[in-house]
Amino acid sequence: MTDHNFEPTIIGFTCNWCSYRASDLAGTARMKYAPNVRLIRLMCSGRLDPTFVLRALSEGADGVMITGCHPGECHYIEQNYKALRRFLLLRRVLTGLGIEPERVKLVWASAAEGARFASETTAFVEEIRKLGPLNWGKDEGERRKDEEGNKNSSFIIQPSSFEKEVPA
Amino acid sequence: MTVNGSKPKFAMYWAASCGGCEIAVLNTHEKILDVDANFDVVFWPVAMDAKYKDVEAMEDGSILLTLFNGGIRNDENEHLAKLLRRKSQIMVSFGSCACEGCIPGLANLSPVGDIVHAAYNTITTDNPNEIYPRISYDVPEGELHIPKLAKVLRPLDLVVDVDCYMPGCPPESHQIAAVIDLVIKVVKGEAELPPKGSVIGAGDSTVCDECPRARNVKSIKEFKRIQDIAPVDPDLCLLEQGIPCNGPATRSGCNARCPAVGAQCIGCYGPAEGVMDYGARLITAFSSVIDANTTEEIDRILDGIPDPTGQVYRFNLAGSLLKANRDAWKVK
Repeated sequence: MTDHNFEPTIIGFTCNWCSYRASDLAGTARMKYAPNVRLIRLMCSGRLDPTFVLRALSEGADGVMITGCHPGECHYIEQNYKALRRFLLLRRVLTGLGIEPERVKLVWASAAEGARFASETTAFVEEIRKLGPLNWGKDEGERRKDEEGNKNSSFIIQPSSFEKEVPA
Repeated sequence: MTVNGSKPKFAMYWAASCGGCEIAVLNTHEKILDVDANFDVVFWPVAMDAKYKDVEAMEDGSILLTLFNGGIRNDENEHLAKLLRRKSQIMVSFGSCACEGCIPGLANLSPVGDIVHAAYNTITTDNPNEIYPRISYDVPEGELHIPKLAKVLRPLDLVVDVDCYMPGCPPESHQIAAVIDLVIKVVKGEAELPPKGSVIGAGDSTVCDECPRARNVKSIKEFKRIQDIAPVDPDLCLLEQGIPCNGPATRSGCNARCPAVGAQCIGCYGPAEGVMDYGARLITAFSSVIDANTTEEIDRILDGIPDPTGQVYRFNLAGSLLKANRDAWKVK
């Protein structure tokens, strides 16, 4: 589904010590990047409870970007590894729920990498734009109906075969 | 509590459930006599004969207590949920199915057509003519109906207002007995009902808190299925042994019955107090015990959980943040 008018809504969870400052740097350096991301500052990517991501997706976000310090550079020694593990397991769970795992992205960006933050954000927005909106209001049945056109997806199937069995 | 007549009225109904909740109520042994002594049982399809029209004829609010178990899977379930809500003063969402969807809720991962197809066309079903049920059928006596399947299974509170929740699959009998005692006290004016929306008949901590197993610093290199470990250490935390145990996210109240006898917690008591999303809490719990820092190694360890969605949402899928938040479901 490609809708060129579709502007994705992205929620970004950024680490106070690196990527939040990277976004600041991108701003003060007047770098241009996609404006679709709403940033929420956490003290560390390790603070990211997967609930935040699920809540964002369930309330209208089309994608969620999680950013943290590069491996080995965590302000709190090793919490970004916890974020990595949660992210990897969360993606598996989302896949099982029928959500494209690409809608959640993990980016490492240090405080000096404003350019990287900007380019990763733009790339992510384009990726989500290609995926289309997260049609969360619809259930699988309706979505499938959309995909298959107007094929009969009702479960009341073949009345004629039923009549064979029941003597009039 | 306003009570008309001599004894207050009691009802219990099963919607999309297995019947285990009813067994659990009967498992309270002689406590069930207290129910009979203190209540007039007016509607309980599994235990006595009663017609829906008898319930429809009752005055609104005339039933004091209704224990409603089972999720809302078809229009008959929905009708009964709304009917009993109207007729009851206290509506208890009883058991995991009514509270959060439970095992029947896992069907929400598939479109309803696939579910029906699976039921009538699996390899174990001999159905060469592809005969499927129809919603209505004309016979000389009139039109016959069977309940129509809804698109999804919904927990009870997405369909009607619920006063109290009683989790568990099924709720433990000692907890049911305690709740029966509580309601009898409420009727006699000796106690007050907890505020609306409370969870009754369960603890407010996690299964781990009640678990007798020893817990140390957890760091595991591999997730394993319990049957692949021999022998299971009888005294050590199961998660520490690499068995995905759902205890860290699950509400207490069962006395850690499964881990105590060597089986992992599967999460039937639902999310612990303050947990907004059960699966998310488990993702956090499992992630923090993994002893690996590279994507490849973490992925290898996670491969030990073959069905992550089923693992973290086994009982909670229909009540989970993502699934239950769909606007399409919110039709009260």
